[in-house]
Amino acid sequence: MVGLISALILIPLAGAVALYIGQPKNARTVALIFDALSAFYALMLWQKFDATAPGLQLVERHVWIPSIGAEYLVGVDGLSLLLVLLTSLVFPFAFSAQSRSAGERGACALMLVMQAALYGTFTAQNFVLWFLFYEMSLVPAFLLIKIYGGENRDYAAVKFFVYTFLGSVAMLLAFLGIYFTKGTFDFVALAGLGKSGLLAGKLQWLAFAGIFLGLAVKVPLFPFHTWLPDAYQTAPTGVSMVLTGALSKMGVYGFIRLLVPLFPNEIKIAGPWLLALVVCSIVFAPLAAWAQRDLKRMVAYLSINHLGYCLLGLFAITARSTSSLIDMHAALSGVFLQIFNHGVTAAALFYFVGLLEQRRGLRGIDDFGGLMQRTPLLCGWMSIAMFSSLGLPGLNGFIGEFLIFKGSFAVAASFTAIAVLGLLFTAVTFMRAMQSLFSGPLAESCSGFSDLIRSEKFVIVPVTLLMFAVGISPQFVFNIFNATVVQMARLFA
Amino acid sequence: MIAWTIYITFAGAVVLLVLPRGFAHWIALVTAIAGFAISLATFFCDDIDLTHFTTVVRVPWVPALGMNYHLALDGISLTLVLVTGIAAVSAVLFSWDVDQRQNEFFFWLLLVVGGSYGVFLSADLFLLFLFYELVIVPKYFLIAIFGSTNKEYGAMKLTLYSFFGGALVFLGIIAIYVSGGSLDVNQLAQFQFTPQLQSWAFPVLFLGFAVLAGIWPLHTWAPTGHVAAPTAGSMLLAGIVMKLGAYAALRVAMNLFPQGFQMWRTWIAVLAVVGIVYAAAVALRQRDLKFVIGYSSVSHMGFVLLGFATANVFGVSGSVLQMFSHGVIGALLFAVAGRMIYRRTHTRELDALSGMNLSRALPFAAFAFVIASAASMGIPGFSGFAAEITILIGAWKSYPLAVWITGIGMVLVAAFTLRALKRSFFDVDLATASAAPPEMEPITIPEKLGAGLLMFATLAVGLYPKFLLDRIQPAVEAMRFLK
Repeated sequence: MVGLISALILIPLAGAVALYIGQPKNARTVALIFDALSAFYALMLWQKFDATAPGLQLVERHVWIPSIGAEYLVGVDGLSLLLVLLTSLVFPFAFSAQSRSAGERGACALMLVMQAALYGTFTAQNFVLWFLFYEMSLVPAFLLIKIYGGENRDYAAVKFFVYTFLGSVAMLLAFLGIYFTKGTFDFVALAGLGKSGLLAGKLQWLAFAGIFLGLAVKVPLFPFHTWLPDAYQTAPTGVSMVLTGALSKMGVYGFIRLLVPLFPNEIKIAGPWLLALVVCSIVFAPLAAWAQRDLKRMVAYLSINHLGYCLLGLFAITARSTSSLIDMHAALSGVFLQIFNHGVTAAALFYFVGLLEQRRGLRGIDDFGGLMQRTPLLCGWMSIAMFSSLGLPGLNGFIGEFLIFKGSFAVAASFTAIAVLGLLFTAVTFMRAMQSLFSGPLAESCSGFSDLIRSEKFVIVPVTLLMFAVGISPQFVFNIFNATVVQMARLFA
Repeated sequence: MIAWTIYITFAGAVVLLVLPRGFAHWIALVTAIAGFAISLATFFCDDIDLTHFTTVVRVPWVPALGMNYHLALDGISLTLVLVTGIAAVSAVLFSWDVDQRQNEFFFWLLLVVGGSYGVFLSADLFLLFLFYELVIVPKYFLIAIFGSTNKEYGAMKLTLYSFFGGALVFLGIIAIYVSGGSLDVNQLAQFQFTPQLQSWAFPVLFLGFAVLAGIWPLHTWAPTGHVAAPTAGSMLLAGIVMKLGAYAALRVAMNLFPQGFQMWRTWIAVLAVVGIVYAAAVALRQRDLKFVIGYSSVSHMGFVLLGFATANVFGVSGSVLQMFSHGVIGALLFAVAGRMIYRRTHTRELDALSGMNLSRALPFAAFAFVIASAASMGIPGFSGFAAEITILIGAWKSYPLAVWITGIGMVLVAAFTLRALKRSFFDVDLATASAAPPEMEPITIPEKLGAGLLMFATLAVGLYPKFLLDRIQPAVEAMRFLK
């Protein structure tokens, strides 16, 4: 009997195999069917999950390679469940944005493999297994950019791969070092050992640096971010949505699950430096976005900014020993919520940019103008996604950012105060984009645009409603991870 | 009951989206009148405690984070809710014949009004900020879609300034939440913040709110925004939106940080006085009638800030009265300039208007503009006089020098107002004075009703200010910074 989580991982894989063997005509529909099935399983997981209990649940544990301490160990806590749900949400959304083209079948199969890898990453609780899934997501991402990407795809794909792979190697070496000293790969066991130090002297710092590098590239954190705009820009819309909506969360997840529990003392020492990097991410990324002429590149840079908020909350509370439990709860809840929000909102933004590109064939900010006259619905719904991204109260983005700032302000007031600038620059960037896209005289080239068609509305309306739901009544999301937040805060304190 | 002002207005906005075109203006009018009627009924209801910020509704919202849906009411809020009601009704009347995208226009308009009601009634900082930002978005669309001269520039400038202020406010609210441990305004008003926190959090918060109140030198969004906006948009902008900033600065920044306020109030007074004189001087040189009025708004809002800075009952009560008064007068001025004149002459250039013999062509418009100008100059008998004299009495106690300088400012206000009045309506060339006035579409009934409402309000308050002050003053006295 296959457990619920294993089934969740296997379903997309089965879908990929089915696409490969069956060679169906309409690959996208088949992929969506498998996605519906996995979403159903994710919902079952949510239903079975006891939100009031801390710790891992629905654990499946099998012997795998005992000689190196590798176990097949999967389980979920609130954070894992949140990310599983997010993945189940982003992928169907991304599939619906994929254009029907010649290479559709291969792209869909690769994306399904990536989905399985993500489910695995977010539920694995043993390093070897986790690393396996972590790397497994990398290959399809590389191929998707390399084969299906737009202009400049070779350069972007190789850059993406080299950056991420270097990070992965550093991380692997660090973990091997830890394994040889402590003899375990189990996350929970390692977190328990973290307080007293895992390794001796300089090795400890090397291991810290290795893991930090691996994750910082993945998020990405300034100054390891340069692969991201290239990759996101050239990837097809659906792939960009997945990259930003789900894949980038692996880095943040790794920070929360691995780096912070394993190296509490190092984080405290390096804290101000880490916070400085984060603040750079938050402030510089929207400035860079402001300067972009390509809409997709602009959204990509803003993605760096939003993930910066996650790390701001995380590092602020762990870098200072003075933080109280209440601030920790606030900041962690904010970080978790921001992970979820960014997944939804950034994916939505890429979706809209994709819609514009599909209609116009280009996506420069100057290629459009006066769209409000021609396509009011498209402009209206896209504005909502933008407002959500710039953190307007009443939409989802605001709640997460508010909590993060609240939690981090208490312990790192000056860093937080500077980070508020990021909010302002994001707002400026979006307002500039809205102005040149939507208002003004109708551009000649846009006069033949069609407004949203029914299938597009079917995709957009539920996602937008979700944004409002989280913005107005976020309690249902908090309920998923409340117990986990309390438990983690105790662990970090 | 007062909470229904918010619900009815938003419900009206939703109905507008759903219903077909055609009676959009009727729905908007009914909604606006309903909100106005509720606030008026509350005003005349004797058994409501207007001294303290009394809770009206309080429902847990996100209990884990201490956020409540919490509305409360005192004399200050009620005064501003009332002026919102008046401005909303007249703004709808003055947009009666909007024909392009009518439903959408009134939808945005009602969102601005509903959000403003929300700000004036919020007793939870989170809720207040939510409504505060909620006003910005519809305002942007109202100007960017339906505006005129340079509308995109004006809308964007206004929005960016608002977001800048919003970012400062956000920082201030977080500082309050972190150190005070609550978002409830009434609870926080009991809390002793450390002087060190107050010394920097007060200016951040005050400045953030004051951007929207048009504080010098962050006022430049106001004239361009007013000019670019459609008539109803300028009316709401001058009538309500600028008050949001001033009100929130009073309710949040000054009320919660009394010591910070004492440290910085001299600077506020300086900025306020500079704003009064500078804006009046600039208004004197404008050629566009709407720019004249836009700068006069900045000048009048300077009085509000000066009143705040006095930190005594007279000054602050006068400020609240001035918010009411300017809400009415500013709306009336923009209504005449934007609707009655511009719609018919298609120009707002004073040079062009001066030859048109408008006082004979549009006698009602001339009458309304005379009343509005008199009120704006602070002629006794109008609300402007009652408010400004109260502020100046208060200022005399704290900053006598400021009163002298403001006196110069008031002369300038009179000068530019008379200049605008003369150039636009009464600059009759003797050679053509006997000729028949140019043919113009007569003033319509909705325009007369809207102008009548505003003129009645400024006269009523001017002749019997006690009526409002009796409700404002106890509420001001209950605020902490006076103790």
